[in-house]
Amino acid sequence: MIPLSWYLILSAALFSIGLFGVLARRNAVAILLGVELMLNAVNINLVAFWRYLDPAVMTGQVFAIIVFAVAAAEVAVGLGLIISVYRQRSTIVAEDIDLLKW
Amino acid sequence: MATVSLIWLIPLPPLLAFFLIVLFTNKNKTLSHIIAVGAAFLSWLGGMLVFVRALGVEHLGQHPFASAINWLPIGDSWFKIGVLIDPLSAATLFFAAWTIFMIFLYSVGYQNFGQPQGDHDVMGLPPHGATIVDEHGHKHQVPSVEPMYSRFFAFLGLFAFGMYTLVVSDNLLTLFVGWEIMGLCSYLLIGFWYGKKSARDAAIKAFMTTRVGDVFMLLGIAFLYSATGTLSFRQIFREETLHALASTPAFFGLSAAGAIGLLLFIGTVGKSAQWPLHVWLPDAMEGPTPVSAMIHAATMVSAGVYAVIRMFPLVSAGWHEGMPLNPTMSIIAFIGAFTALFAATIAVAQNDIKRVLAYSTISQLGYMIAAIGIGAYVAAAFHLITHAFFKALLFLGSGSVIHGMEHGVLHTGDHKLDPQDMFNMGGLRKKMPITFWTFLIGGFALSGFPVLTAGFWSKDEIFADAFANGHSAVFITLAVAAFLTAFYTMRQITLTFLGEPRTKAAEHAQETPWTMTVPLIVLAFFAISYGWVGIPEHFPLLGGLIPNWFHEFIGSTLAEVPAAVPFNIVPLLTSLTVALGGLFFGWLAYRKVKSPAEDRLQIPLLKNKYYFDEAYNFLFVRPAFWVAETLVYKWMDKGLIDGILHAFGKVAMFLGTNFRSKFDAPVVNGFGDLVGESTKKFGAMIRPIQTGRIQQYMLASLTVLIVVGGLLYYLLVLA
Repeated sequence: MIPLSWYLILSAALFSIGLFGVLARRNAVAILLGVELMLNAVNINLVAFWRYLDPAVMTGQVFAIIVFAVAAAEVAVGLGLIISVYRQRSTIVAEDIDLLKW
Repeated sequence: MATVSLIWLIPLPPLLAFFLIVLFTNKNKTLSHIIAVGAAFLSWLGGMLVFVRALGVEHLGQHPFASAINWLPIGDSWFKIGVLIDPLSAATLFFAAWTIFMIFLYSVGYQNFGQPQGDHDVMGLPPHGATIVDEHGHKHQVPSVEPMYSRFFAFLGLFAFGMYTLVVSDNLLTLFVGWEIMGLCSYLLIGFWYGKKSARDAAIKAFMTTRVGDVFMLLGIAFLYSATGTLSFRQIFREETLHALASTPAFFGLSAAGAIGLLLFIGTVGKSAQWPLHVWLPDAMEGPTPVSAMIHAATMVSAGVYAVIRMFPLVSAGWHEGMPLNPTMSIIAFIGAFTALFAATIAVAQNDIKRVLAYSTISQLGYMIAAIGIGAYVAAAFHLITHAFFKALLFLGSGSVIHGMEHGVLHTGDHKLDPQDMFNMGGLRKKMPITFWTFLIGGFALSGFPVLTAGFWSKDEIFADAFANGHSAVFITLAVAAFLTAFYTMRQITLTFLGEPRTKAAEHAQETPWTMTVPLIVLAFFAISYGWVGIPEHFPLLGGLIPNWFHEFIGSTLAEVPAAVPFNIVPLLTSLTVALGGLFFGWLAYRKVKSPAEDRLQIPLLKNKYYFDEAYNFLFVRPAFWVAETLVYKWMDKGLIDGILHAFGKVAMFLGTNFRSKFDAPVVNGFGDLVGESTKKFGAMIRPIQTGRIQQYMLASLTVLIVVGGLLYYLLVLA
């Protein structure tokens, strides 16, 4: 059986890739994709821990499903925002959207 | 209707008329005077009915018409007010009703009802006349209607209400209420032409002067109430109450009865214009003439005498006929007799037709007061009533003369001419026959022309009483005053009606309309006939032909009917001599006088009324102004009170300035500014961190997370 640590390594790697995407990409859609990767890394963690530590209780799976739902909602809102920003400023480069500065 | 309910209703119509006119019909002159005269007629009718019914009651003095209701709760009992018609108030009601009704009617003509609106008339000034164009195209100046016609009738109505209330009252409080309503109305009516400064001043003078008396009267009422616990006449005049009051000492050696009587009498002095409070009455001539008649004859001044006659049992408590006068009565007799002579001397030198009558009124009221002072109760009441009739007649007659003269003035266009100055008149007997004959009757009644006129009988009775009871000082004073009365009356008649016209205006004077002459005729009838009801029983020839009804009737008001004075020839001869002598000399001295310069009695002392106005001005008015202006305003208010306030202000300013510059600005503001400024500086310093770039924020968060996480891990787990 594949040991738990592999899953955790996979999850950590996936999380790091997502984090890198969020921090390094200029395109706002790509940043959103990075966020999705990080969320799914968390999901892998949750499911893996459930399977290996306490498979009798369904908590891990339930959590994962809630995260999916939240992620889907978040993407909908996020993409909406991006489209709105694009209509206003004709760009979705994150560095150019700096209205929130002082 | 039951008599008592009728009595309750008598004062109401004029009051109703007042409110109706003031509230609703003010704009409509015709309707207003119909309401007012109608109300006066209703009250007159009620008064006459009550009077006739009162005549039909035997021993009305013991069983008067009386009715009272609970009015004011006091503790566990009630203060009652009510109406009372005993012989005295019945007789007063009779003359008040007649004169009031006649004066209402007369006012219609006097205020020029039916004449056109004036060309330049304004509210608050007498009408100046209107120009009309007749069918031939000629322009005429004619009298114009009074601009405030309705208001005049409203005031008259309120005045009449006051008088009726006073007459039918059965207690001092409602009497005082009526008394004060009349005081207010006299103020309003004297100042009716408020556009004239003299009228305004006269109104204030009248109000203030009578107020002096009224304050004392109120004190008297309060004293009486605290002493007896009641203000109802019938309860006060019970023998035991009077006896208790007469035997209680008060102050200055007076008994309580005497002190109360004196205080109440001071009210009368003010209201009836006795010396030393007489000054307001001549100035009250500023009002329209019906007002003068109203104030002088029918109502206010008579009310004063009525009140003192009413209080006679109290004033004379403990005194019986033949005894020496008690102190209060002596004072009353002195004031009355002195005023009678004093005012008569002034009247001799006056040229204004109404002012002569005003001083004559003061003088005649002095007669009544003197009569009361010497205990001649019936004689005082008799003279009060006859005087009311003939003096109303004379005032209305003088108003008619002035009206006729104003007509002449308008005709000639000489507006500088004073239509009230007797030296501008003369020869009016041909122009104004009705006015002349009625005025002659009034004047002869005032002079006491023998046998025929009412004034003779009433004056004669006062003389007889004074003589019979040995009050020779009063007798002589009054006799001299009576001579002067006849003298100035004849002077007035001679200057006004006899001889030839002295001015163009007098030549074109005109008889007045029927609304003015009818009241004159009615009053002239009473000025003659009213004397006949009081002819003494033992008078030569005439005595006993007509029973001396008046003495019996009025006398029965008192608990013991005063005995009729035995006949004596001395007062009769005196009365005849002074009356006829005065009239003769008056005619002799003035039949050829053409101008004031030829009048040898224009002595400055008399002309200026013994300088009483000046003296009061110096003694009371100017000090009052000084107190108000200098003492209170300048020194106390401006100096002391304002000084204290300003000092407070200055101290507060000083403290405030210092707080501001020494504490508030450096400490409080400094601290506040420091906080604000440093926050701003710190903000500017860390502002560059806020780049607005989301990825830099995230990077920063990540860094902090890793550092803090690593630190925590190191500290919590490894350490």
